[in-house]
Amino acid sequence: MSTIEFFLAGTLSAATIFLLAALGELVAEKSGVLNLGVEGMMAVSAAVGFVVTFESGSHLLGFAVAGAAGVLVSLVFAVISISFLANQVASGLAVGIFGLGLSALIGRDYESRTIAATEGIAIPFLSELPLLGPILFQQNIVVYLTFALALCIGLTFKYTRLGLAIRSTGENPHAAQALGFPVFLIRYCAVAFGGLLAGFAGAYASTIYTPLWADGMIAGRGWIAVALVVFGTWKTGRIAFGAILFGMVSLGELIAQSMGARIPSQLLSSLPYIVTIVVLAMISTNTARMRLHAPFSLGETFDGVGPR
Amino acid sequence: MQFKLDRRVHYSKRMLIATPVIAIALAVLVSSVLLVLLQKPVLLTFHSFFIAPFENFYSITEIFLKFGPLLLIAQALAVGFRAKVWNIGAEGQMIIGAITASAVPVYLVDSTSALLLPAMLILGALGGMGWAAIAAYLKTRFNANEILVTLMLSSIALQILYYLLLGPWKDPMGFNFPQTVMFQDEALFPALFEGVRLNTSIFIPIIFTIGIWLFMEKHFGGFKLVVGGLAPNAATYAGFSSKKAVWSSLLLAGFAAGIAGMSEIAGPIGQLQRSVTSGYGYSAIIVAYLGALNPIGIIFAAFFLAVLQIGGDVALVSADLPISAVHVFQGLLLIFYLATYTFVNYRLRIIRPLTHSNTKPTP
Amino acid sequence: MSAAYPNTDLTMPTDQSRALLSLRNITKQYPTVIANDRVNLDVMPSSIHAILGENGAGKSTLMKLAYGLVEPDAGEIYWQGKQVDLPNTAAARKLGIGMVFQHFSLFETLSVVENISLTMRGNRQTLSKQIREIGERYKLDVNPEASVHSLSVGERQRVEIIRCLMQDLKLLILDEPTSVLPPQHINSLFDALRKLRDNHVAILYISHKLEEIRELCDTATILRAGQVTGTVNPNEKTAKELATLMVGHDVPSIQGQHPKKTSETPFLKLSSLSVESHDPFGTSLSNINLDVHGGEIVGIAGVSGNGQQELSRIISGEVINKQLLPNAINIMDQPAGHLNPAARRLLGFSFVPEERLGRGAVPPMPLSKNALLTAFEKGMLNIGFLKNDTINKYTEKCIEEFDVRCAGPSATANSLSGGNLQKYIVGRELMLAPKLLFVAQPTWGVDIGAATAIRQRLLDLRESGVAILIVSEELEELFEITDRLHVINGGTLSPSLKTSELTPNDIGEYMIGNHQSSIERSGVNHAV
Repeated sequence: MSTIEFFLAGTLSAATIFLLAALGELVAEKSGVLNLGVEGMMAVSAAVGFVVTFESGSHLLGFAVAGAAGVLVSLVFAVISISFLANQVASGLAVGIFGLGLSALIGRDYESRTIAATEGIAIPFLSELPLLGPILFQQNIVVYLTFALALCIGLTFKYTRLGLAIRSTGENPHAAQALGFPVFLIRYCAVAFGGLLAGFAGAYASTIYTPLWADGMIAGRGWIAVALVVFGTWKTGRIAFGAILFGMVSLGELIAQSMGARIPSQLLSSLPYIVTIVVLAMISTNTARMRLHAPFSLGETFDGVGPR
Repeated sequence: MQFKLDRRVHYSKRMLIATPVIAIALAVLVSSVLLVLLQKPVLLTFHSFFIAPFENFYSITEIFLKFGPLLLIAQALAVGFRAKVWNIGAEGQMIIGAITASAVPVYLVDSTSALLLPAMLILGALGGMGWAAIAAYLKTRFNANEILVTLMLSSIALQILYYLLLGPWKDPMGFNFPQTVMFQDEALFPALFEGVRLNTSIFIPIIFTIGIWLFMEKHFGGFKLVVGGLAPNAATYAGFSSKKAVWSSLLLAGFAAGIAGMSEIAGPIGQLQRSVTSGYGYSAIIVAYLGALNPIGIIFAAFFLAVLQIGGDVALVSADLPISAVHVFQGLLLIFYLATYTFVNYRLRIIRPLTHSNTKPTP
Repeated sequence: MSAAYPNTDLTMPTDQSRALLSLRNITKQYPTVIANDRVNLDVMPSSIHAILGENGAGKSTLMKLAYGLVEPDAGEIYWQGKQVDLPNTAAARKLGIGMVFQHFSLFETLSVVENISLTMRGNRQTLSKQIREIGERYKLDVNPEASVHSLSVGERQRVEIIRCLMQDLKLLILDEPTSVLPPQHINSLFDALRKLRDNHVAILYISHKLEEIRELCDTATILRAGQVTGTVNPNEKTAKELATLMVGHDVPSIQGQHPKKTSETPFLKLSSLSVESHDPFGTSLSNINLDVHGGEIVGIAGVSGNGQQELSRIISGEVINKQLLPNAINIMDQPAGHLNPAARRLLGFSFVPEERLGRGAVPPMPLSKNALLTAFEKGMLNIGFLKNDTINKYTEKCIEEFDVRCAGPSATANSLSGGNLQKYIVGRELMLAPKLLFVAQPTWGVDIGAATAIRQRLLDLRESGVAILIVSEELEELFEITDRLHVINGGTLSPSLKTSELTPNDIGEYMIGNHQSSIERSGVNHAV
């Protein structure tokens, strides 16, 4: 593989982590719940996924257990923010802090250990295409599944009753309740689904993308995923595009090194964060568009009693 | 049987005071289970956490050493949180404050001027405020979410720190360690007692706390911020500027965090190095909440978390407990605090299913 | 029989075994108030049954109980003679109960058919077809593909009714349905409701408007302070008799002398004011001209959602538009377009917003702190520090002078009833001694006693030469107290109209825009 091919193929792989986590956050936010614990959920799942895969040798089992761990952590968040009506921002931070600590605890005996890298799945014929083949069609199966999932989620929100129910819960929980929707249940499920995807994202990061465990390895990617949802103005297509963009940016360091560019590595490491800030400012400045697409009740606690 | 939450007409003062106590009890309970799972000695751990830190004078002074920056930052963050300005980037503001303050001794290695320390204090405060100002500007001008911006700025601040420590500011005689030269005595706060690290910088958070208490409880400025947090439309209606609230909350936090960063490099550390913040910026968020965002409550909360940090160091040795266990405990504290806090504004009602006598309307 | 209806001899005999819905001894208590106290109610099939009561009497709670939104603390609900539980709205809908809310339960970002598909099975083509069919049958026209946020409130109401009709409907509950309609559209709503009754749908009709109920309803149950005070045939009662049942005593009336002379120069002058809305769901204001002189009350009528919110915020200074020239808004002859609300207050302007909790007052804060919100310039600060004595005195004076029933200055705003809080806010603003007072929806959700007191205050204030501007959706109120009127429709203002020369139908024509073509927008003489 040439450098450029390597770079582009790696972009998709890196984008998968962002996209998985951002899709999960999207679903939670569409139901009106802002879960800022993504980083913590990913960290716990990354540790759990690594440990399970390391011990069992099975990536599948690692993903399954990591997904379950993500769901569990997200449920902690759901209990305090949905049932106990705590402020969603504070709850997300609490779960984030808890998750980061727990991940370090879980992964303590596995620091810097590695597991065997996985092979991508080469799609017959297509993978042999020049240039595009290695980039698009020799990826890990999780990459394909993630992009397929993005499509599914987009269609679900647009065309199905389930999607409409989630959207209406996020727009006006009082009205949704008046229509007979189980607002609390919908929000719990949406948050848990977010936890599941954050779990997969964590497992992908620690067992496939860089098959090793290191404390702090999520390195803000959970937060970038939250930012991606805003960047994509709550639309799956734009979120996927944003994920690819950030996948590219996060590889900047590797590329610059391989090309022998003399840029301080710290600047390149900062690049994803700088890009996030710039992009966030550019998108958010259009308040009309934000109002049109953001779930209207996002971040507001709902206690099941009429507004007062 | 079902449970339901009923909104109270008036918040419960008793619950407000009980909340942190209950949260601590629950966090202890859950971590005990966790410790058993990890096959660590439960009693010894909590002895290390809560009792051992008080066992000798030096250790007590160390508690106050941690107490200072936690108190300083938490007081400022709480003001912002009450105004619903979510600055969670105190960590970054602290790093930049430490960096700007360090510039003085780094570039004036040989100076013995008495102005060194004041200059560092001012530069540290300005550095923290400058870093926070970026988020304030982006929020007020572009509506960019301050949670994400302040967090990203913290990551960037850390990279700037690494760059300086590995490059231009690296101590040439430091065996290639990522740290600056040790600062001259004139650039350090004098110790309070012989042989301890606790120094005169402890007075800054105490004075700051009094100032914040006056501001929040007695002053119209604090009132305006609280109104903005509780009812933004009422603040607009009254003519209180939301932009000013963002600016003042962030600048205040930057000021406090910058000084906290400065007092670390001009105090216990004595140089600029990678672990300059010890995670104070994040722990202060927990302190602010555990203190119910109240200036008095925060004093207790800061002290409690300072004890916990020292206790964590003790447990590291005595119970072979990793430092991450302390972080888990802190996270649990905040989780249980938030859950328990519900009962300040709501009361729990148990609903038994209505029993009724079969069919037919009674005539 | 009479045991079932406490303290009444006005009870109409009803045949309970035939009743579609029966409530027995229903009690519902909230922390500060008993909303329903042993209420009994029988709704007959194919009838229009009114629930009459003033604001705060417990009408809405009773309807929410019947629709499964709220569960009673005690009492039984019977449906076609069988006892039922209504733990949620789905259970109610399954029985054939539908409800149209005062503040609609539609989702703005969804289309009409998407909204309906939330509660109805079936693909969108079929649903669209059904929507059109029902629309034709009951004359409730609406475009199924339209986005809800583009619809007028009247159209939204139709969508809600259609949504109820698409299920097998036996009982339709409507909560103050005419409050959002121009007079012309009320009749077509009534026609649709009568047609429904003739098609064997019973209707529970909540209202506080007596004439409406006398015109439309077969039976009326009257609630006062949570209790049933009578069940009557409204056609056989005069409006005055109904009012007495509703209020418990003779309805107070207000007295205002005819206005003396108005001031030479307007205290408020809006000149060619146009503001583009930044909110995609908002209304842009275009070319608004308005004068309010000292010693007169000017009203702004209109169906909600036609720019009242935007206009209020522009006049109050809560929204400051940078493109606007400062003299597009003149307060007391001073350009004020660039000033924030606090600065406008210093010019002698005062504003009572329509939302009391969360805008006019901070819900969890005591009344004393809420005084500080707008009255801080009245010597309450000493180099920025709060002078609690002055604050408490101001608050106490306001409570006493404006008859605010509360536990004192330390009572929190959210512990007061709507009427008392409104009296407090109006009082707080009047104590600022404004020369120009702007009140949005002065008596929204306020009981008759408080409403009368507030209206009387406004008339007294006019006598003393204050300029008063009122935005209201209640035509009766505007007729009662204003000297001149403008009608707002789609963000534009009608020319000035003399209230004494108008009928409700005239205003209705402006509300639905029928006058637009005949008016030359510019060059209209706005003088009285």
